[in-house]
Amino acid sequence: MRYVFFIWLLLGATVTLPAATLRVGKGGNYPTIMTAIKAARNGDTVLVSAGTYREKNIIVDKRIVLKGTGYPVLDGEKKYEVLSIKADGVVVDGFRVVHSGVSSINDMGGIKIYDSRDVVIRNNILEDTFFGIYTQYGKNCTIENNRLTAYAKEEQQSGNGIHCWKSDSMHIIGNTISGHRDGIYFEFVTNSVIRRNTSFRNIRYGLHFMFSHNDTYLANHFERNGAGVAVMYSHGVKMYQNTFEENWGDAAYGLLLKEISDSHIEGNTFIKNTSGIYLEGASRIRVVKNQFRNNGWGLKIQASCMDIEVARNNFIGNTFDVGTNGSLVLNTFNGNYWDKYDGYDLNKDQVGDVPYRPVSMYSMIVEKNPPAMLLFRSFITSLLDKTEKVFPSLTPEGLKDNRPMMKKLF
Amino acid sequence: MIIASNVSKRFGKLQALNNVSVTCNKGECIALIGPNGSGKTTLIKSILGMVVPDSGFITFNGNNILHHWKYRSDIGYMPQIGRYPDNMRIADVLDMMKDIRGHKGAMDEELVAAFELDKLKHKRMRTLSGGTRQKVSACLAFLFNPEVLILDEPTAGLDPVASEILKEKIITEKKKGKLVMVTSHILSELDDLVTQVIYMQDGELRFHKSIEALRADTGHEKLSKAIAHVMLNTAL
Amino acid sequence: MKKIIKYVMADILRNRIVLVYLFFLLVASFSVFSLEDNSSKGLLSLLNIVLLVVPLISIIFSTIYVYNSAEFIELLVSQPLKRRTIWISLFVGLAGSLSLAFFVGVGIPVLLYEANLTGMMMIGVGLLLSIIFVAIAMLAAVRTRDKAKGIGVAIMLWVYFSILFDGLVLFLLFQLADYPLEKAMVGISALNPIDLSRILILLQLDVSAMMGYTGAIFKDFFGTTSGMVISLSVLLAWILLPVWLSVRNFNRKDL
Repeated sequence: MRYVFFIWLLLGATVTLPAATLRVGKGGNYPTIMTAIKAARNGDTVLVSAGTYREKNIIVDKRIVLKGTGYPVLDGEKKYEVLSIKADGVVVDGFRVVHSGVSSINDMGGIKIYDSRDVVIRNNILEDTFFGIYTQYGKNCTIENNRLTAYAKEEQQSGNGIHCWKSDSMHIIGNTISGHRDGIYFEFVTNSVIRRNTSFRNIRYGLHFMFSHNDTYLANHFERNGAGVAVMYSHGVKMYQNTFEENWGDAAYGLLLKEISDSHIEGNTFIKNTSGIYLEGASRIRVVKNQFRNNGWGLKIQASCMDIEVARNNFIGNTFDVGTNGSLVLNTFNGNYWDKYDGYDLNKDQVGDVPYRPVSMYSMIVEKNPPAMLLFRSFITSLLDKTEKVFPSLTPEGLKDNRPMMKKLF
Repeated sequence: MIIASNVSKRFGKLQALNNVSVTCNKGECIALIGPNGSGKTTLIKSILGMVVPDSGFITFNGNNILHHWKYRSDIGYMPQIGRYPDNMRIADVLDMMKDIRGHKGAMDEELVAAFELDKLKHKRMRTLSGGTRQKVSACLAFLFNPEVLILDEPTAGLDPVASEILKEKIITEKKKGKLVMVTSHILSELDDLVTQVIYMQDGELRFHKSIEALRADTGHEKLSKAIAHVMLNTAL
Repeated sequence: MKKIIKYVMADILRNRIVLVYLFFLLVASFSVFSLEDNSSKGLLSLLNIVLLVVPLISIIFSTIYVYNSAEFIELLVSQPLKRRTIWISLFVGLAGSLSLAFFVGVGIPVLLYEANLTGMMMIGVGLLLSIIFVAIAMLAAVRTRDKAKGIGVAIMLWVYFSILFDGLVLFLLFQLADYPLEKAMVGISALNPIDLSRILILLQLDVSAMMGYTGAIFKDFFGTTSGMVISLSVLLAWILLPVWLSVRNFNRKDL
């Protein structure tokens, strides 16, 4: 009974103090956003109409909804951090945030969340910001449907698109990020979800994970990033249905896995990457039902990996299906479809009767002597490959798929 | 008309032409005589520009022929062995030559008619006998009414009838005031034709005389006898 | 000039060997496209035909043709024609007919099944290789008087360009593995038209792998427009240089 009373009291309080809407700009009572925030109370809405606002650093320190209509422009004049959020439950919606300051000392962002929880940043457009949306010590924040575009040329002078540091339970959903250093950057971020984002043409990685455990990312699209996607020093990462496309270069990978363990990679598509997945020091990882198409190397597994299970994937049109640098094999390949497989299936169970060795001799040669790639597909190198098939000497004996599929799996 | 001055040519070890100088004029019919490998064909080819002399030069109507090619439109040449693209018909070859030469004046198709090539004109060149090919070669040499005729072993492989037709034709052309150069092994054929004799041996020009002078010198009426006389004498 | 080209081409196109060549290419192309389940794999099989068979047939057929046409050439030389005209006509006639055979035999199937950039590159490179090896054959033939020897030289040249050269380069690569050879490799590939052609196709077919380790250099060179222009110019030089040398030789040749 006391509880009911307490709830009535609470509801009554809200009724007696209704959330106010404070209007900024044309037709409003407040000329600047700062004055409106100053006047606002927790739970109020600050509605900003179209126009350009140059208010140096705007600090939101109350639990308010900051909403723009007609995409009002918040201009940092290349000197200031545009929007700093220092209260829980703040909502920032519908702004165009441009020209943040650039500073390598305090990581200036277009929008920066300081030590807050339940913040929502959505439907914003960020252009030419140093860091885009930056979170430190955030919890259960949502960053949704924002479009971030930067025009960085060098790694040193650019920040990340969506940057999360020491945060937990974040939701990064449906954002489009390009031209930053890393599209999305996670460091010490746990239990978070990255979903339906598109990250392309960023200078370094489309997505960069460091020491971030038990996160899931799914249905994202990473294209033409300087070095693809990197997941490092983490465990318990789940990657589903992402697309990794056209990440080209000396050290570019569709997906780079370094020192990562107990993770699951399923249903992803890797197209036209120099290496589809590159694994180094990785262990206990399941790579299943992925599509590897037209990559330079479908998979590159360094000898430092163990307990990698590669099963039921499609390997189609890759220059080399699998590359490796050692002869010790502690990983298993099972039931994959390899378009280069030329074995037979006498008992018609759709499984090839002879094992497939996905590592070709020439991929070993190129591994040792990269310029030899220039001779690929010449008569002499085809001859070498054919000889190797008859008398294996360079390729690791144990690396084979004992149950290669005769038909594409999906 | 054609003047060769000190022309020399070596093929490897073989001295094909050694300092040969010759003058040939309009209206002459010159027999080029000599044993096998004496340099007759090389001389002819030099005149045609097919062989480039190592030293010396050749002029045609006063112009050095080196690097020139237009003068050849005044020459009709019948090679020793005429070979033509295998897949062509006789008619194609004749048409092709007409096409290539782009000759403006009247065509002389007398020989084509005399040899009755019309009947064979749909035959492919590869199916022809050596004699028929020679006929084609002869026709081509005369076709464009050239001022100079160079005939290398014209009657070799021809049957007697054709041979006779060709000789008649040569005589007619000579009478028109053309310069004719003929090489032949069968000297008897040349009796009624030639006005001049050039005798070559080992790449050298041994003598260049009018037929009358030759007859007078050797006392033989027949060319074959006269030449045999000369050969015997030089051998001594 | 046009007239002679016309006659040479008519003669070659009536030649059974060229027809057999055309037919072989046609059968090979259609069969690789219909046997392989995806047509880009078919393109891969065609690559070997383009890089091995096309140069072989081009060089040997042209050499033999030039020798067999000795009398025809002699006939033409005795006519009021420039020697250069005769020789270039012969070249254009040969190159034209063999390119035509290639275009019909490989080009049309490729256009039907794989009309993309890779396919186009394959056709372009095949045409260039046909012409290049006609040019090389003509140089070999004009410099060697003896027919048997000439054909031998032609075969040796083919063996060199399609097999030995790559073997030597591979050997060198391993001998000099400690040196940065990427840039040198680009230069070395210009010394062999087959290699250069292969790389141009690789850049389409295996672009992802090519952009790997040595990516920077390839991107900077072959990947750019100017690199493409340079590569094509080098291939053109492989046509022009032998033709020019052979014309010079033919001008002085005794027939």
